[in-house]
Amino acid sequence: MSHTLVEINNLSRFYGTLQAVKDVSFTIRQGEVLGFLGPNGAGKTTTMQIISGNLAPSGGSVTIANHDLLEDPRAAKNQIGYLPESPPLYRELTVNEYLDYCAALNNVPRAKRLSARENTKERCGLHDAGKRLIGNLSKGFQQRVGIAQAIIHLPPVVILDEPTVGLDPIQIREIRALIRELGRDHGVILSTHILPEVQTTCDRVQIINKGELVLNESIEGLEHHMKSASLTVAFHQSPDLQFLENLPGVKSVHPEKDGRLRVFHETEQNPTDAILRMAVNKNWGLYEIRPGRLSLEQIFVELTSDAALENAEALATTTTTDSGL
Amino acid sequence: MILTIGIREFKSLFLSPLAWSILAVVQVILGFLFLARLEVFQLYQPQLMAMDGAPGLTEIVLPDLLGNAAVILLLVVPLMTMRLVSEERRNRTLALLFSAPLSMTEIVLGKYLGIILFLLVLLLMIALMPLSLLAGASLDLGLMASGFFGLALLLAGFAAVGLFMSTLTQYTTVAAISTFGALLLFWILDWSGQGTAGGNWLAYLSLFNHYKPFLEGIFNSADAAYHVLLIITFLVLSIRRLDADRLGG
Repeated sequence: MSHTLVEINNLSRFYGTLQAVKDVSFTIRQGEVLGFLGPNGAGKTTTMQIISGNLAPSGGSVTIANHDLLEDPRAAKNQIGYLPESPPLYRELTVNEYLDYCAALNNVPRAKRLSARENTKERCGLHDAGKRLIGNLSKGFQQRVGIAQAIIHLPPVVILDEPTVGLDPIQIREIRALIRELGRDHGVILSTHILPEVQTTCDRVQIINKGELVLNESIEGLEHHMKSASLTVAFHQSPDLQFLENLPGVKSVHPEKDGRLRVFHETEQNPTDAILRMAVNKNWGLYEIRPGRLSLEQIFVELTSDAALENAEALATTTTTDSGL
Repeated sequence: MILTIGIREFKSLFLSPLAWSILAVVQVILGFLFLARLEVFQLYQPQLMAMDGAPGLTEIVLPDLLGNAAVILLLVVPLMTMRLVSEERRNRTLALLFSAPLSMTEIVLGKYLGIILFLLVLLLMIALMPLSLLAGASLDLGLMASGFFGLALLLAGFAAVGLFMSTLTQYTTVAAISTFGALLLFWILDWSGQGTAGGNWLAYLSLFNHYKPFLEGIFNSADAAYHVLLIITFLVLSIRRLDADRLGG
Protein backbone atom coordinates (compact mmCIF):
# COMPACT_ATOMS: atom_id res chain seq x y z
CA MET A 1 0.00 0.00 0.00
CA SER A 2 2.52 2.55 1.14
CA HIS A 3 4.92 1.87 -1.71
CA THR A 4 6.19 5.23 -2.98
CA LEU A 5 5.53 5.78 -6.68
CA VAL A 6 6.50 9.34 -7.36
CA GLU A 7 9.06 11.35 -5.51
CA ILE A 8 9.50 15.01 -6.29
CA ASN A 9 12.37 16.94 -4.79
CA ASN A 10 12.87 20.71 -4.82
CA LEU A 11 11.24 21.09 -8.18
CA SER A 12 11.40 24.53 -9.70
CA ARG A 13 10.61 25.99 -13.06
CA PHE A 14 11.22 29.40 -14.61
CA TYR A 15 9.44 30.99 -17.53
CA GLY A 16 11.94 33.67 -18.37
CA THR A 17 12.28 35.54 -15.09
CA LEU A 18 8.93 34.38 -13.75
CA GLN A 19 9.28 31.47 -11.35
CA ALA A 20 6.15 29.38 -11.83
CA VAL A 21 7.13 26.59 -9.44
CA LYS A 22 9.31 27.19 -6.38
CA ASP A 23 11.06 24.36 -4.59
CA VAL A 24 8.14 21.97 -4.52
CA SER A 25 8.66 18.55 -2.93
CA PHE A 26 6.13 15.80 -2.35
CA THR A 27 5.52 12.10 -2.84
CA ILE A 28 2.69 9.92 -4.07
CA ARG A 29 2.15 6.40 -2.84
CA GLN A 30 0.38 3.54 -4.47
CA GLY A 31 -3.36 3.45 -3.79
CA GLU A 32 -3.56 7.14 -3.13
CA VAL A 33 -5.49 9.93 -4.84
CA LEU A 34 -3.71 13.22 -4.42
CA GLY A 35 -5.78 16.36 -4.94
CA PHE A 36 -3.87 19.29 -6.31
CA LEU A 37 -5.53 22.61 -5.62
CA GLY A 38 -4.61 26.16 -6.33
CA PRO A 39 -5.91 29.35 -7.86
CA ASN A 40 -5.42 30.02 -11.56
CA GLY A 41 -1.80 30.50 -12.49
CA ALA A 42 -0.52 28.95 -9.25
CA GLY A 43 1.65 26.39 -11.03
CA LYS A 44 -0.58 23.32 -10.95
CA THR A 45 -0.46 22.64 -14.67
CA THR A 46 3.25 23.43 -14.87
CA THR A 47 3.97 20.91 -12.11
CA MET A 48 1.88 18.27 -13.84
CA GLN A 49 3.52 18.94 -17.18
CA ILE A 50 6.91 18.46 -15.57
CA ILE A 51 5.93 15.18 -13.91
CA SER A 52 4.53 13.89 -17.21
CA GLY A 53 7.71 14.80 -19.06
CA ASN A 54 6.14 17.47 -21.24
CA LEU A 55 8.24 20.21 -19.74
CA ALA A 56 11.78 20.14 -18.46
CA PRO A 57 12.25 21.43 -14.90
CA SER A 58 14.71 24.25 -14.24
CA GLY A 59 15.87 22.50 -11.07
CA GLY A 60 15.09 19.57 -8.82
CA SER A 61 14.33 15.97 -9.60
CA VAL A 62 11.37 13.74 -10.38
CA THR A 63 11.60 10.02 -9.69
CA ILE A 64 8.85 7.77 -10.97
CA ALA A 65 8.86 4.18 -9.71
CA ASN A 66 12.62 4.43 -9.08
CA HIS A 67 13.37 5.81 -12.55
CA ASP A 68 14.71 9.34 -12.74
CA LEU A 69 12.65 11.27 -15.26
CA LEU A 70 15.64 13.20 -16.57
CA GLU A 71 18.21 10.44 -16.70
CA ASP A 72 16.01 7.59 -17.82
CA PRO A 73 12.97 9.27 -19.39
CA ARG A 74 11.83 6.25 -21.37
CA ALA A 75 11.50 3.95 -18.37
CA ALA A 76 9.97 6.70 -16.27
CA LYS A 77 7.42 7.71 -18.90
CA ASN A 78 6.41 4.10 -19.29
CA GLN A 79 5.05 4.33 -15.75
CA ILE A 80 2.74 7.29 -16.26
CA GLY A 81 -0.50 8.11 -17.97
CA TYR A 82 -1.27 11.77 -18.49
CA LEU A 83 -4.45 13.62 -19.33
CA PRO A 84 -3.61 17.27 -20.06
CA GLU A 85 -6.05 20.12 -19.60
CA SER A 86 -7.29 19.73 -23.15
CA PRO A 87 -7.36 16.02 -24.00
CA PRO A 88 -4.89 15.19 -26.81
CA LEU A 89 -7.40 13.63 -29.19
CA TYR A 90 -7.14 13.08 -32.93
CA ARG A 91 -10.58 14.11 -34.05
CA GLU A 92 -10.38 12.29 -37.37
CA LEU A 93 -9.91 8.86 -35.79
CA THR A 94 -12.49 6.52 -34.31
CA VAL A 95 -12.27 5.71 -30.62
CA ASN A 96 -10.95 2.22 -31.37
CA GLU A 97 -8.27 3.43 -33.78
CA TYR A 98 -7.19 6.09 -31.37
CA LEU A 99 -6.94 3.78 -28.37
CA ASP A 100 -5.04 1.19 -30.39
CA TYR A 101 -2.56 3.86 -31.40
CA CYS A 102 -2.15 4.98 -27.77
CA ALA A 103 -1.61 1.38 -26.68
CA ALA A 104 1.06 0.92 -29.34
CA LEU A 105 2.79 4.17 -28.37
CA ASN A 106 2.89 3.05 -24.75
CA ASN A 107 4.50 -0.31 -25.54
CA VAL A 108 1.50 -2.53 -24.93
CA PRO A 109 2.46 -5.83 -26.61
CA ARG A 110 0.60 -6.47 -29.83
CA ALA A 111 -1.14 -9.57 -28.50
CA LYS A 112 -2.58 -7.68 -25.53
CA ARG A 113 -3.76 -4.57 -27.36
CA LEU A 114 -7.27 -5.76 -28.10
CA SER A 115 -7.97 -6.83 -24.52
CA ALA A 116 -6.35 -3.65 -23.17
CA ARG A 117 -8.58 -1.54 -25.42
CA GLU A 118 -11.75 -3.41 -24.53
CA ASN A 119 -11.02 -3.32 -20.78
CA THR A 120 -10.29 0.38 -20.84
CA LYS A 121 -13.44 1.12 -22.82
CA GLU A 122 -15.44 -0.86 -20.28
CA ARG A 123 -13.91 1.04 -17.38
CA CYS A 124 -14.54 4.43 -18.94
CA GLY A 125 -18.06 3.64 -20.14
CA LEU A 126 -17.14 3.79 -23.80
CA HIS A 127 -18.23 0.31 -24.92
CA ASP A 128 -20.80 1.63 -27.40
CA ALA A 129 -18.62 4.40 -28.76
CA GLY A 130 -15.83 2.28 -30.27
CA LYS A 131 -16.68 2.89 -33.92
CA ARG A 132 -17.60 6.55 -33.58
CA LEU A 133 -15.37 9.38 -34.71
CA ILE A 134 -13.84 11.24 -31.80
CA GLY A 135 -14.66 14.56 -33.43
CA ASN A 136 -18.38 13.70 -33.33
CA LEU A 137 -18.46 12.74 -29.65
CA SER A 138 -19.85 15.03 -26.98
CA LYS A 139 -17.49 16.84 -24.64
CA GLY A 140 -18.13 14.36 -21.85
CA PHE A 141 -17.33 11.39 -24.03
CA GLN A 142 -14.22 13.08 -25.37
CA GLN A 143 -13.10 13.59 -21.79
CA ARG A 144 -13.64 9.89 -21.17
CA VAL A 145 -11.57 9.01 -24.21
CA GLY A 146 -8.90 11.29 -22.77
CA ILE A 147 -8.95 9.36 -19.51
CA ALA A 148 -9.01 6.05 -21.39
CA GLN A 149 -5.90 7.16 -23.25
CA ALA A 150 -4.15 7.82 -19.94
CA ILE A 151 -4.90 4.43 -18.39
CA ILE A 152 -4.81 2.05 -21.37
CA HIS A 153 -1.33 0.76 -20.53
CA LEU A 154 -2.24 0.38 -16.83
CA PRO A 155 0.42 2.80 -15.64
CA PRO A 156 1.18 2.88 -11.90
CA VAL A 157 0.84 6.67 -11.93
CA VAL A 158 -2.06 8.53 -13.51
CA ILE A 159 -1.97 12.31 -13.83
CA LEU A 160 -5.26 14.04 -14.53
CA ASP A 161 -5.37 17.78 -15.12
CA GLU A 162 -8.87 19.06 -14.41
CA PRO A 163 -10.66 15.96 -15.66
CA THR A 164 -14.20 17.11 -14.85
CA VAL A 165 -14.18 20.53 -16.49
CA GLY A 166 -17.12 21.04 -18.81
CA LEU A 167 -19.03 17.92 -17.83
CA ASP A 168 -22.62 17.68 -16.68
CA PRO A 169 -23.32 16.70 -13.04
CA ILE A 170 -24.04 13.06 -13.87
CA GLN A 171 -20.88 12.70 -15.90
CA ILE A 172 -18.93 14.38 -13.10
CA ARG A 173 -20.20 11.76 -10.66
CA GLU A 174 -19.24 8.98 -13.04
CA ILE A 175 -15.77 10.36 -13.61
CA ARG A 176 -15.28 10.78 -9.87
CA ALA A 177 -16.29 7.20 -9.29
CA LEU A 178 -13.81 6.18 -11.98
CA ILE A 179 -11.05 8.18 -10.31
CA ARG A 180 -11.81 6.57 -6.95
CA GLU A 181 -11.61 3.19 -8.63
CA LEU A 182 -8.30 4.09 -10.24
CA GLY A 183 -7.05 5.20 -6.85
CA ARG A 184 -7.38 1.66 -5.55
CA ASP A 185 -4.45 0.24 -7.47
CA HIS A 186 -2.81 3.24 -9.16
CA GLY A 187 -1.38 6.42 -7.73
CA VAL A 188 -3.46 9.31 -9.01
CA ILE A 189 -2.68 13.02 -9.13
CA LEU A 190 -5.75 15.09 -9.75
CA SER A 191 -5.83 18.82 -10.24
CA THR A 192 -9.07 20.69 -9.93
CA HIS A 193 -10.78 23.93 -9.04
CA ILE A 194 -13.78 22.18 -7.59
CA LEU A 195 -13.27 21.86 -3.85
CA PRO A 196 -16.02 19.34 -3.01
CA GLU A 197 -14.49 17.12 -5.67
CA VAL A 198 -11.34 16.91 -3.59
CA GLN A 199 -13.27 16.01 -0.46
CA THR A 200 -15.17 13.24 -2.19
CA THR A 201 -12.39 11.70 -4.26
CA CYS A 202 -9.00 12.38 -2.71
CA ASP A 203 -6.99 10.83 0.09
CA ARG A 204 -4.62 13.71 0.36
CA VAL A 205 -4.80 17.40 -0.48
CA GLN A 206 -2.12 19.76 -1.62
CA ILE A 207 -2.66 23.45 -2.10
CA ILE A 208 -0.22 25.35 -4.23
CA ASN A 209 -0.09 29.12 -4.36
CA LYS A 210 2.28 31.20 -6.45
CA GLY A 211 4.42 28.17 -7.11
CA GLU A 212 4.79 27.20 -3.47
CA LEU A 213 3.17 24.35 -1.60
CA VAL A 214 1.19 25.90 1.22
CA LEU A 215 -0.64 22.79 2.43
CA ASN A 216 0.08 19.08 2.23
CA GLU A 217 -2.37 17.18 4.37
CA SER A 218 -4.33 13.96 4.38
CA ILE A 219 -8.12 14.24 4.25
CA GLU A 220 -8.35 13.10 7.90
CA GLY A 221 -5.84 15.74 8.92
CA LEU A 222 -7.84 18.26 7.01
CA GLU A 223 -11.02 17.24 8.82
CA HIS A 224 -9.18 17.99 12.03
CA HIS A 225 -8.16 21.38 10.65
CA MET A 226 -11.71 22.14 9.75
CA LYS A 227 -13.21 21.32 13.14
CA SER A 228 -10.71 23.49 14.84
CA ALA A 229 -11.28 26.10 17.29
CA SER A 230 -14.48 28.03 16.94
CA LEU A 231 -18.09 28.03 18.11
CA THR A 232 -21.02 30.01 16.85
CA VAL A 233 -23.47 31.05 19.60
CA ALA A 234 -26.58 33.21 19.67
CA PHE A 235 -28.45 34.73 22.66
CA HIS A 236 -31.75 36.60 23.03
CA GLN A 237 -30.13 39.08 25.42
CA SER A 238 -26.80 40.34 24.22
CA PRO A 239 -24.32 39.46 26.93
CA ASP A 240 -21.24 41.33 28.03
CA LEU A 241 -18.48 39.93 25.86
CA GLN A 242 -16.08 40.29 28.78
CA PHE A 243 -17.69 37.32 30.56
CA LEU A 244 -17.25 35.05 27.57
CA GLU A 245 -13.70 36.11 26.94
CA ASN A 246 -12.73 35.29 30.51
CA LEU A 247 -13.90 31.68 30.24
CA PRO A 248 -11.04 29.15 30.28
CA GLY A 249 -9.80 28.25 26.82
CA VAL A 250 -11.48 31.13 25.01
CA LYS A 251 -9.10 33.21 22.93
CA SER A 252 -11.41 35.83 21.52
CA VAL A 253 -15.05 36.63 20.79
CA HIS A 254 -16.23 38.37 17.66
CA PRO A 255 -19.78 39.60 17.14
CA GLU A 256 -21.07 38.81 13.67
CA LYS A 257 -23.44 40.85 11.57
CA ASP A 258 -26.54 38.73 12.23
CA GLY A 259 -26.18 39.11 16.02
CA ARG A 260 -24.48 35.76 16.51
CA LEU A 261 -21.15 35.56 18.28
CA ARG A 262 -18.14 33.70 17.06
CA VAL A 263 -16.07 32.27 19.91
CA PHE A 264 -12.52 31.21 19.08
CA HIS A 265 -10.93 28.80 21.52
CA GLU A 266 -7.94 26.55 22.09
CA THR A 267 -8.20 23.29 20.20
CA GLU A 268 -7.78 21.16 23.33
CA GLN A 269 -10.12 23.15 25.60
CA ASN A 270 -13.66 23.25 24.34
CA PRO A 271 -15.66 25.85 26.31
CA THR A 272 -19.10 24.60 25.22
CA ASP A 273 -20.07 23.38 28.69
CA ALA A 274 -18.89 26.54 30.39
CA ILE A 275 -20.81 28.74 27.97
CA LEU A 276 -23.99 26.71 28.51
CA ARG A 277 -23.70 26.97 32.27
CA MET A 278 -23.01 30.69 32.21
CA ALA A 279 -25.88 31.34 29.81
CA VAL A 280 -28.31 29.57 32.15
CA ASN A 281 -26.97 31.31 35.25
CA LYS A 282 -27.13 34.77 33.76
CA ASN A 283 -30.36 34.16 31.88
CA TRP A 284 -29.06 35.23 28.46
CA GLY A 285 -31.55 33.13 26.58
CA LEU A 286 -29.25 30.90 24.57
CA TYR A 287 -31.02 29.63 21.49
CA GLU A 288 -28.22 28.43 19.28
CA ILE A 289 -24.80 26.89 19.73
CA ARG A 290 -22.82 24.91 17.17
CA PRO A 291 -19.24 24.11 16.35
CA GLY A 292 -17.97 26.43 13.65
CA ARG A 293 -16.61 24.23 10.92
CA LEU A 294 -14.26 25.75 8.48
CA SER A 295 -15.09 24.58 5.01
CA LEU A 296 -12.34 23.49 2.68
CA GLU A 297 -13.18 26.62 0.78
CA GLN A 298 -12.33 28.78 3.79
CA ILE A 299 -9.02 27.01 4.27
CA PHE A 300 -8.31 27.41 0.59
CA VAL A 301 -9.10 31.10 0.63
CA GLU A 302 -7.13 31.61 3.83
CA LEU A 303 -4.05 29.92 2.42
CA THR A 304 -4.11 31.43 -1.02
CA SER A 305 -5.26 34.97 -0.33
CA ASP A 306 -2.59 36.15 2.11
CA ALA A 307 -0.98 38.11 -0.61
CA ALA A 308 -4.31 39.54 -1.74
CA LEU A 309 -4.97 40.62 1.83
CA GLU A 310 -1.61 42.29 2.12
CA ASN A 311 -2.22 44.12 -1.09
CA ALA A 312 -5.59 45.31 0.14
CA GLU A 313 -4.04 46.54 3.37
CA ALA A 314 -1.26 48.32 1.57
CA LEU A 315 -3.86 49.96 -0.61
CA ALA A 316 -5.91 51.01 2.43
CA THR A 317 -2.93 52.63 4.14
CA THR A 318 -1.97 54.54 1.04
CA THR A 319 -5.51 55.85 0.62
CA THR A 320 -5.69 56.97 4.24
CA THR A 321 -2.40 58.80 3.98
CA ASP A 322 -3.64 60.36 0.79
CA SER A 323 -6.79 61.63 2.50
CA GLY A 324 -4.65 62.84 5.44
CA LEU A 325 -2.74 65.02 3.03
CA MET B 1 7.88 2.62 -32.57
CA ILE B 2 9.00 4.84 -35.44
CA LEU B 3 7.01 2.54 -37.69
CA THR B 4 3.91 2.88 -35.48
CA ILE B 5 3.95 6.67 -35.72
CA GLY B 6 4.84 6.55 -39.41
CA ILE B 7 1.98 4.27 -40.36
CA ARG B 8 -0.48 6.22 -38.22
CA GLU B 9 0.65 9.43 -39.90
CA PHE B 10 0.38 7.84 -43.33
CA LYS B 11 -3.14 6.58 -42.66
CA SER B 12 -4.20 9.92 -41.20
CA LEU B 13 -3.11 11.67 -44.37
CA PHE B 14 -5.66 9.67 -46.31
CA LEU B 15 -8.42 10.47 -43.83
CA SER B 16 -8.52 14.02 -45.16
CA PRO B 17 -9.43 14.81 -48.75
CA LEU B 18 -6.15 16.71 -49.12
CA ALA B 19 -4.00 13.66 -49.86
CA TRP B 20 -6.49 12.29 -52.38
CA SER B 21 -6.91 15.56 -54.21
CA ILE B 22 -3.17 16.10 -54.35
CA LEU B 23 -2.63 12.63 -55.82
CA ALA B 24 -5.36 13.30 -58.37
CA VAL B 25 -4.20 16.76 -59.40
CA VAL B 26 -0.55 15.76 -59.71
CA GLN B 27 -1.50 12.73 -61.74
CA VAL B 28 -3.71 14.69 -64.15
CA ILE B 29 -1.13 17.41 -64.77
CA LEU B 30 1.79 15.03 -65.17
CA GLY B 31 -0.35 12.76 -67.34
CA PHE B 32 -1.03 15.66 -69.65
CA LEU B 33 2.64 16.65 -69.81
CA PHE B 34 3.62 13.03 -70.39
CA LEU B 35 1.22 12.64 -73.29
CA ALA B 36 2.29 15.95 -74.80
CA ARG B 37 5.91 14.85 -74.70
CA LEU B 38 4.98 11.52 -76.22
CA GLU B 39 3.33 13.33 -79.06
CA VAL B 40 6.50 15.29 -79.70
CA PHE B 41 8.41 12.04 -79.91
CA GLN B 42 5.91 10.58 -82.36
CA LEU B 43 6.12 13.72 -84.49
CA TYR B 44 9.88 13.57 -84.81
CA GLN B 45 10.21 9.82 -84.83
CA PRO B 46 10.92 9.56 -88.61
CA GLN B 47 13.73 12.14 -88.43
CA LEU B 48 15.16 10.52 -85.32
CA MET B 49 15.19 7.16 -87.06
CA ALA B 50 17.33 8.59 -89.81
CA MET B 51 19.82 10.15 -87.38
CA ASP B 52 22.89 8.43 -86.08
CA GLY B 53 23.07 8.13 -82.28
CA ALA B 54 19.76 9.90 -81.88
CA PRO B 55 18.18 10.15 -78.44
CA GLY B 56 15.81 7.30 -77.66
CA LEU B 57 12.27 7.33 -76.36
CA THR B 58 13.32 7.34 -72.71
CA GLU B 59 15.76 10.17 -73.23
CA ILE B 60 13.15 12.35 -74.83
CA VAL B 61 10.22 11.65 -72.57
CA LEU B 62 11.65 10.99 -69.13
CA PRO B 63 13.98 13.90 -68.20
CA ASP B 64 11.32 16.34 -69.28
CA LEU B 65 8.61 14.55 -67.30
CA LEU B 66 10.72 14.30 -64.14
CA GLY B 67 11.92 17.89 -64.45
CA ASN B 68 8.33 19.08 -64.54
CA ALA B 69 7.36 16.70 -61.76
CA ALA B 70 10.05 18.23 -59.52
CA VAL B 71 8.69 21.74 -60.07
CA ILE B 72 5.09 20.68 -59.45
CA LEU B 73 6.03 18.74 -56.33
CA LEU B 74 7.94 21.77 -55.09
CA LEU B 75 4.52 23.36 -54.85
CA VAL B 76 2.77 20.30 -53.51
CA VAL B 77 5.10 18.92 -50.83
CA PRO B 78 4.74 21.99 -48.56
CA LEU B 79 0.99 21.35 -48.54
CA MET B 80 1.56 17.81 -47.37
CA THR B 81 4.17 18.57 -44.73
CA MET B 82 2.56 21.69 -43.29
CA ARG B 83 0.26 19.89 -40.88
CA LEU B 84 2.79 17.34 -39.56
CA VAL B 85 3.65 19.09 -36.32
CA SER B 86 1.96 22.46 -36.48
CA GLU B 87 -1.51 20.98 -36.46
CA GLU B 88 -0.67 18.88 -33.42
CA ARG B 89 0.74 21.94 -31.77
CA ARG B 90 -2.43 23.85 -32.52
CA ASN B 91 -4.77 21.07 -31.32
CA ARG B 92 -2.50 20.49 -28.32
CA THR B 93 -2.17 16.83 -29.11
CA LEU B 94 1.62 16.83 -28.93
CA ALA B 95 1.29 15.98 -25.23
CA LEU B 96 0.23 12.49 -26.25
CA LEU B 97 3.56 11.86 -27.95
CA PHE B 98 5.60 13.76 -25.38
CA SER B 99 4.26 11.81 -22.43
CA ALA B 100 4.56 8.44 -24.16
CA PRO B 101 7.84 6.57 -23.66
CA LEU B 102 9.38 7.92 -26.86
CA SER B 103 12.48 9.92 -27.60
CA MET B 104 12.23 13.11 -29.61
CA THR B 105 14.20 11.39 -32.37
CA GLU B 106 11.60 8.65 -32.64
CA ILE B 107 8.79 11.18 -32.86
CA VAL B 108 10.51 13.16 -35.61
CA LEU B 109 11.59 10.09 -37.57
CA GLY B 110 8.11 8.62 -37.25
CA LYS B 111 6.50 11.73 -38.64
CA TYR B 112 9.10 11.84 -41.40
CA LEU B 113 8.51 8.21 -42.28
CA GLY B 114 4.79 8.88 -42.63
CA ILE B 115 5.32 11.61 -45.18
CA ILE B 116 7.99 9.59 -47.01
CA LEU B 117 5.54 6.70 -47.40
CA PHE B 118 3.05 9.09 -48.95
CA LEU B 119 5.65 10.52 -51.32
CA LEU B 120 6.64 7.00 -52.36
CA VAL B 121 3.04 6.34 -53.33
CA LEU B 122 3.08 9.55 -55.35
CA LEU B 123 6.34 8.49 -56.99
CA LEU B 124 4.97 5.08 -57.85
CA MET B 125 1.96 6.67 -59.51
CA ILE B 126 4.24 8.83 -61.63
CA ALA B 127 6.47 5.87 -62.49
CA LEU B 128 3.48 3.94 -63.78
CA MET B 129 3.14 6.34 -66.71
CA PRO B 130 6.49 5.74 -68.41
CA LEU B 131 6.35 2.08 -67.39
CA SER B 132 3.13 1.72 -69.36
CA LEU B 133 5.21 2.34 -72.50
CA LEU B 134 6.84 -1.05 -71.92
CA ALA B 135 3.74 -2.54 -73.48
CA GLY B 136 4.77 -1.35 -76.90
CA ALA B 137 8.33 -0.09 -76.74
CA SER B 138 11.62 -0.77 -75.03
CA LEU B 139 12.85 1.64 -72.39
CA ASP B 140 16.25 2.54 -71.02
CA LEU B 141 15.54 1.17 -67.53
CA GLY B 142 18.90 2.35 -66.19
CA LEU B 143 18.14 5.94 -67.06
CA MET B 144 14.69 5.57 -65.56
CA ALA B 145 16.04 4.14 -62.30
CA SER B 146 18.55 6.95 -62.01
CA GLY B 147 15.91 9.59 -62.71
CA PHE B 148 13.44 8.24 -60.18
CA PHE B 149 16.14 7.75 -57.60
CA GLY B 150 17.06 11.40 -58.03
CA LEU B 151 13.44 12.47 -57.70
CA ALA B 152 13.05 10.33 -54.57
CA LEU B 153 16.09 11.96 -52.97
CA LEU B 154 14.82 15.38 -53.95
CA LEU B 155 11.39 14.74 -52.45
CA ALA B 156 12.94 13.36 -49.26
CA GLY B 157 14.85 16.64 -48.99
CA PHE B 158 11.67 18.65 -49.60
CA ALA B 159 9.91 16.67 -46.87
CA ALA B 160 12.72 17.23 -44.36
CA VAL B 161 12.61 20.99 -44.94
CA GLY B 162 8.82 20.91 -44.68
CA LEU B 163 8.92 18.94 -41.44
CA PHE B 164 11.30 21.43 -39.90
CA MET B 165 9.16 24.40 -40.94
CA SER B 166 6.16 22.64 -39.47
CA THR B 167 7.86 22.32 -36.09
CA LEU B 168 8.42 26.07 -35.97
CA THR B 169 4.85 27.27 -35.91
CA GLN B 170 1.31 26.37 -34.96
CA TYR B 171 -0.14 27.84 -38.13
CA THR B 172 -0.25 25.35 -40.96
CA THR B 173 -0.36 28.04 -43.62
CA VAL B 174 2.76 29.69 -42.21
CA ALA B 175 4.51 26.32 -42.29
CA ALA B 176 3.43 25.78 -45.92
CA ILE B 177 4.45 29.18 -47.18
CA SER B 178 7.83 29.16 -45.43
CA THR B 179 8.57 25.65 -46.72
CA PHE B 180 7.66 26.75 -50.20
CA GLY B 181 9.82 29.86 -49.88
CA ALA B 182 12.81 27.93 -48.58
CA LEU B 183 12.54 25.27 -51.27
CA LEU B 184 12.14 27.77 -54.06
CA LEU B 185 15.15 29.67 -52.80
CA PHE B 186 17.21 26.48 -52.73
CA TRP B 187 16.00 25.77 -56.23
CA ILE B 188 16.89 29.11 -57.82
CA LEU B 189 20.20 29.57 -56.03
CA ASP B 190 21.94 28.47 -59.21
CA TRP B 191 20.71 31.58 -61.05
CA SER B 192 23.30 33.55 -59.14
CA GLY B 193 25.97 31.47 -60.82
CA GLN B 194 24.93 32.42 -64.31
CA GLY B 195 27.46 34.50 -66.17
CA THR B 196 30.42 33.69 -63.94
CA ALA B 197 32.66 30.99 -65.20
CA GLY B 198 32.25 27.67 -63.44
CA GLY B 199 29.51 29.02 -61.20
CA ASN B 200 30.09 29.94 -57.57
CA TRP B 201 29.49 28.36 -54.20
CA LEU B 202 25.91 29.62 -54.04
CA ALA B 203 25.14 27.83 -57.26
CA TYR B 204 26.77 24.76 -55.84
CA LEU B 205 24.22 24.77 -53.03
CA SER B 206 21.32 24.79 -55.45
CA LEU B 207 19.01 21.78 -55.25
CA PHE B 208 18.47 21.93 -58.97
CA ASN B 209 22.13 21.46 -59.83
CA HIS B 210 22.20 18.29 -57.79
CA TYR B 211 19.05 16.95 -59.36
CA LYS B 212 19.85 17.50 -63.04
CA PRO B 213 22.65 14.91 -63.30
CA PHE B 214 20.29 12.16 -62.16
CA LEU B 215 17.95 13.00 -65.03
CA GLU B 216 20.81 12.58 -67.47
CA GLY B 217 21.49 9.15 -66.04
CA ILE B 218 24.60 10.22 -64.15
CA PHE B 219 24.74 8.87 -60.63
CA ASN B 220 27.26 11.02 -58.82
CA SER B 221 27.76 10.06 -55.18
CA ALA B 222 28.56 13.70 -54.37
CA ASP B 223 25.07 14.67 -55.54
CA ALA B 224 23.50 11.89 -53.50
CA ALA B 225 25.56 12.95 -50.48
CA TYR B 226 24.31 16.51 -50.91
CA HIS B 227 20.70 15.36 -50.61
CA VAL B 228 21.43 13.06 -47.71
CA LEU B 229 23.21 15.86 -45.85
CA LEU B 230 20.31 18.20 -46.49
CA ILE B 231 17.87 15.64 -45.10
CA ILE B 232 19.96 14.91 -42.01
CA THR B 233 20.48 18.60 -41.30
CA PHE B 234 16.79 19.41 -41.32
CA LEU B 235 15.82 16.32 -39.35
CA VAL B 236 18.34 17.18 -36.65
CA LEU B 237 17.07 20.76 -36.60
CA SER B 238 13.51 19.44 -36.16
CA ILE B 239 14.56 17.26 -33.23
CA ARG B 240 16.34 20.19 -31.65
CA ARG B 241 13.32 22.39 -32.16
CA LEU B 242 10.95 19.96 -30.45
CA ASP B 243 13.41 19.48 -27.61
CA ALA B 244 13.47 23.23 -27.16
CA ASP B 245 9.70 23.06 -26.76
CA ARG B 246 10.18 21.07 -23.61
CA LEU B 247 12.96 23.26 -22.29
CA GLY B 248 11.52 26.63 -23.16
CA GLY B 249 7.89 27.49 -22.93
